[in-house]
Amino acid sequence: MIQPLIYDKKPKGGKMSNKEKHWEKSKNHMIITLVIWFFFSTVIFMFGAEINSMTFLGYPLAYYMTAQGSLLAFVLLIFWFAGKQEDIDEECGFGEKEDN
Amino acid sequence: MFKGGFIQNLPKIYGLYTGGFIVFIILMAIMEQAGVSKEAIGIMFVAFTVAIYALIGWLSRTVQVDAYYVAGRQVPTVFNGMATAADWMSGASFVALAGGVYFGGYGYMAFLVGWTGGYVLVSTLLAPYLRKFGCYTVPDFIGTRYGGNGVRFCAVLVLVLASFTYVTAQINATGTIAARALQIPFELGVWVGLVSILLCSMLGGMRAVTWTQVAQYIVLIVAYLIPVFWISNRIGGGVFPHLMLGDEVARIGELEQSFGLVKNSAADIKAAGVPGGLKSIAVSHSGVPEGGMAVWKYISLAMCMMIGTASLPHILMRYFTTPSVKQARKSVAWSLFFIFLLYSSAPMLATLSKISLMDPNLPTGIIGKPISAVMAIDWVQAWSAQKQVFIADFNGDGILQLNEWFMRTGVVVLATPEVAGLPYVISGLVAAGGMAAAMSTADGLVLAIANALSHDVYFKMVDPKADVRKRLIVARVLLVVIGAAGAYIASMRITSILGAVAWAFDFAMSGLFFPLVLGVWWKRATREGAIAGILAGLASGTMYLIWVYPKFMGNAPWLGIDHLRFGMIGAPVCLIVMVVVSLMTKAPDAATQRMVEETRIPSGRTILGKQH
Repeated sequence: MIQPLIYDKKPKGGKMSNKEKHWEKSKNHMIITLVIWFFFSTVIFMFGAEINSMTFLGYPLAYYMTAQGSLLAFVLLIFWFAGKQEDIDEECGFGEKEDN
Repeated sequence: MFKGGFIQNLPKIYGLYTGGFIVFIILMAIMEQAGVSKEAIGIMFVAFTVAIYALIGWLSRTVQVDAYYVAGRQVPTVFNGMATAADWMSGASFVALAGGVYFGGYGYMAFLVGWTGGYVLVSTLLAPYLRKFGCYTVPDFIGTRYGGNGVRFCAVLVLVLASFTYVTAQINATGTIAARALQIPFELGVWVGLVSILLCSMLGGMRAVTWTQVAQYIVLIVAYLIPVFWISNRIGGGVFPHLMLGDEVARIGELEQSFGLVKNSAADIKAAGVPGGLKSIAVSHSGVPEGGMAVWKYISLAMCMMIGTASLPHILMRYFTTPSVKQARKSVAWSLFFIFLLYSSAPMLATLSKISLMDPNLPTGIIGKPISAVMAIDWVQAWSAQKQVFIADFNGDGILQLNEWFMRTGVVVLATPEVAGLPYVISGLVAAGGMAAAMSTADGLVLAIANALSHDVYFKMVDPKADVRKRLIVARVLLVVIGAAGAYIASMRITSILGAVAWAFDFAMSGLFFPLVLGVWWKRATREGAIAGILAGLASGTMYLIWVYPKFMGNAPWLGIDHLRFGMIGAPVCLIVMVVVSLMTKAPDAATQRMVEETRIPSGRTILGKQH
């Protein structure tokens, strides 16, 4: 038999605590980030042969994406992820004080 | 001149260091013009940079446990990013990546996507949570989250297997470069390389490795970018190659058409006596192979490298050193930025190298020219003598065809400056960059293994009462022993049975990815589940590797999953076994669940104490 988690009970009155709200938002943020990641790491290259006849900056598109485009997208994605996650932390009162 | 502490002055210190390095390069250039020999310049480049790293290593010596294991958790975001980038980019990345793109084309470039995309997983799923946890090593997290020495030991097992696979290749690379630059035999070069590596890490552990890695990053990125920009401008490729090589890529496509892409038969290659490891261009530079299998091969390789990246302990442990959780997240972004600078340049270097050799309109072009004329070129003679390039006139017409020109992959980085007619000082710089790349990765790996053995096995299992002094002595002795073991294996030159660097990623993803991720994201994951998952993932992955690798059993790959991708078997097995066993066993106790909840909140104190 599968044992339930002790902490899995729904909170009374349907109102979430700060902790739960924070985790809910963090989870959603993680999922959105990973969907974008999946698009640039996998989905694009499922159509590599089809999109390679298009060009970007003079490069064939699939070649450009694997040589530079997706890499750049990952860099920007992580900066965006980190910034947005900090906002979520602040909003829920879990921001870190020290700024050294 | 320097007010405040070391950390406040970091930008100034490394600014001065970079300036000093550039002055050194200019000095070498002047000495070359003044008639100093190539050999002397090569020796000075490697000796000077290694001496600087050793000095930093000595200045960073420490007797504190938290300084030794996590650099005192005070490494600022951007600097940790540079250190991670150096930790990440191995001698293979530096020397062989552009060559891999040169010969492998689009299919090989799945590595570029894989080795960068993995950082998205690191930053979303792991790094900030492991930082909050406050562990010293990756098995430290596994052992505390799941509780018990059994699971801790399983994690150590995966860590050692993955990291050791990787480290022999790095020591091998330091040996190769040291041997060439210092003009000593390879077997001796390996030990010289090892001594340099240990000088950086032994006295100061993670703290020393951090500050040497930052210095090594600066050397390796300067050494990689200067030739790329210089060559591009020299052959008229454009001021900023990354944005401007579209015409060159198209031109290579045309030249491939006119010369013809021919795959030589193994029998022809053997009959012509082509030295092992040398290849000719047989794959289109920018074309995409069609068909579902090609797509699957690309995606599965990228996926293995991404998940493997997020499971490699020597990378994850770099994020234990930042002052806060949010800085750990930002630091992942900076790491990837610094990695991007090199990785996005590798395909550009491959393009420049290929067009230099192929385009008959350029003075450097050799394809389509008479073989007697090509053989008279200085660099062709020099590199032929070292069996790095080879000409085989298959059709006997005396003209060099595209399929008759053979090169080793490393030549693309090491020889392109010479091919394009850059002064030798650039080749010396490239050697110093390759040495920096190989040393920094070797340091991170040796330290990851030694720390896991000293903290997780010795302190947590064998002698929990050991005092700080004893713990740090054990850590250092292990560092030397592991480094020596790696150097000994590297010096035996049995790389042919050690396999590829990609294996390290597959081992790590088979055994560690899901236990780490579920440890944070799934409270219901239990100790029994983790142990079963790690062992099942590792065992199934390893068995599949033995079954499929040509030098072992050599069976035909199932669904195109070859030996580079065996993590595609190991990781899913690990996930399924871990989930099933977790659900069959008793849920973790309340204390463990609270600990996981606490891990998910960025603010507040770490789970494990500052010194533990």
